[in-house]
Amino acid sequence: MSNPVQRVMKILVTIVVGVFLLVLPRFIGGYFLHLITMIFFFAYLGTAWNILGGYAGQFSFGHAAFFGIGAFTSTLLQIHLGVNPWIGMFLGGIVGLLLGLFIGSLSFRYGLRGPYFALAMLALAEMLRLLAVEWMAVKYPLGITIPLRGDSLLYFQFTKKVPYYYIMFIMMAAVLYLTRVIEERRMGSYFKAIRENENAADALGINVFKYKLIAMAISAFLTATGGTFYAQYYLTIEEESSFGTSMSIEVLLGPIIGGAGTVLGPLVGAAILEILSEGTRNLLKGYSGVHLMVYGAILIVVIIFLPKGILGGLQATFRRLAKAL
Amino acid sequence: MVILEAQGLTKNFGGLKAVNDLSFELTGGEILGIIGPNGAGKTTLFNLITGFYHPSAGTVFFKGENITGLRPYQICKRGLARTFQITQPFANLTVLENVKIGAYSQIPSNREATREALQILETVGLYEKRNELASALPIGHRKNLELAKALATRPEVILLDEVVAGLNSKEADGMIAHIHRIREEGITILLIEHVMKAIMSLSSRIIVIHYGRKIAQGIPEEVSKNTKVIEAYLGEEYTLVKNRRA
Repeated sequence: MSNPVQRVMKILVTIVVGVFLLVLPRFIGGYFLHLITMIFFFAYLGTAWNILGGYAGQFSFGHAAFFGIGAFTSTLLQIHLGVNPWIGMFLGGIVGLLLGLFIGSLSFRYGLRGPYFALAMLALAEMLRLLAVEWMAVKYPLGITIPLRGDSLLYFQFTKKVPYYYIMFIMMAAVLYLTRVIEERRMGSYFKAIRENENAADALGINVFKYKLIAMAISAFLTATGGTFYAQYYLTIEEESSFGTSMSIEVLLGPIIGGAGTVLGPLVGAAILEILSEGTRNLLKGYSGVHLMVYGAILIVVIIFLPKGILGGLQATFRRLAKAL
Repeated sequence: MVILEAQGLTKNFGGLKAVNDLSFELTGGEILGIIGPNGAGKTTLFNLITGFYHPSAGTVFFKGENITGLRPYQICKRGLARTFQITQPFANLTVLENVKIGAYSQIPSNREATREALQILETVGLYEKRNELASALPIGHRKNLELAKALATRPEVILLDEVVAGLNSKEADGMIAHIHRIREEGITILLIEHVMKAIMSLSSRIIVIHYGRKIAQGIPEEVSKNTKVIEAYLGEEYTLVKNRRA
């Protein structure tokens, strides 16, 4: 429990950071705007993953399945049936949620845990990717392009980057708040209990299967809506960037580095990863591929020395300090 | 009034009958002790009652309702809680969070559950440790935490699986006092214990199991003098030698 002073401080910091991020686009150019939008974007996806992987402890290695489903659902509905992308985003989320319930009820009913669940998720994403590869080779060999309509909030497409920045900012702030709310309630405690010890959770009256499915449904829905944002941002989708394993990995790296099972972990992780990846690329211009080696080496160091992520490591340090005082 | 009743409970693991046609009744308000040599089937019996194992045969009634085949969380919700012989803390959560998770089974609100959890921590003597991680607790405190979590679910019957074993004598006395107090609060207790001092001083009745079967039952004094029980613990040799000397 935080005392009133800490509470006020937290609210103040949140307001200051929020206002800063709201006025920021006035002062920075397109490149940085894109960079920060991508940080928000991966923080959003990471936060969605975090609810299932970080809090409920069900380590998904295939969140690209939900991401891709979201991107494809809204885009195909838009092209073929003229469905508005905002509605498509919601429908994509629902399709993602149903897919999540399907794979979740199969995996959890048969007690897939740890690496086995991770592999089941990977297999799901790969199946969808291969389906998309074969199907698109016939129908859309050049990828699917969303027809341009100019600047339009209604059609979720803009010629400038600023509106995307704000949309992603709002989406990210909303899921961070959602995580905070979940964490403070019974649901969050139940997720953590399941992560820590399923038998003990069961013995204390927790319907483990049900709560795993709830975590899965929330996580899948949010990840799928992220897919729609991605499609509207680039106005084109193809199978690799949607369902590919690299997307599954990028989604979970943020929370792992920043601190899985913490509210701000995915945001901290996404910021560090994006800045690191862009930074090494700029510093090592001309040595193609070297920046990936440096990036990988830094990741390994972080994971070795901070196995619970940056925020997890900080929490442990504070705990030790508080005990010593 | 009978609150918990097992009828002909049997559990086969392959060819082994870990629990074999076992029946007993637990009367509201009593402390019933279950003893037996290692591997007698005591913990298996607990797992059968609390839904962690499905019995191969037999039935369990709780407050007149057949609860055989229900999942552990459903049984807990009905007011039958348990502790684990090998303590099962939520290691990376604080002591308070651990107990709060138990309290949530009856109380949905965070504030109320926290209040209840703090109150229980006070009674089991873990209030000072409330903000420490469960993984940082020594074994004595872990047993207390195990008890606190189960109590937080507001049970009518609590199954205690060796909560005294492994404690030093001061801690053991504390735990025995806790168990007495729990009974005084009106909670019925089924107790597995190896520490004879604890089981003899706590139990109003004792059941002895050996190779999954009930071989004796009665008040502690009777059971401790029963030749079958002595044989089960010390082997037949012992009685033979004793008879020859006599």
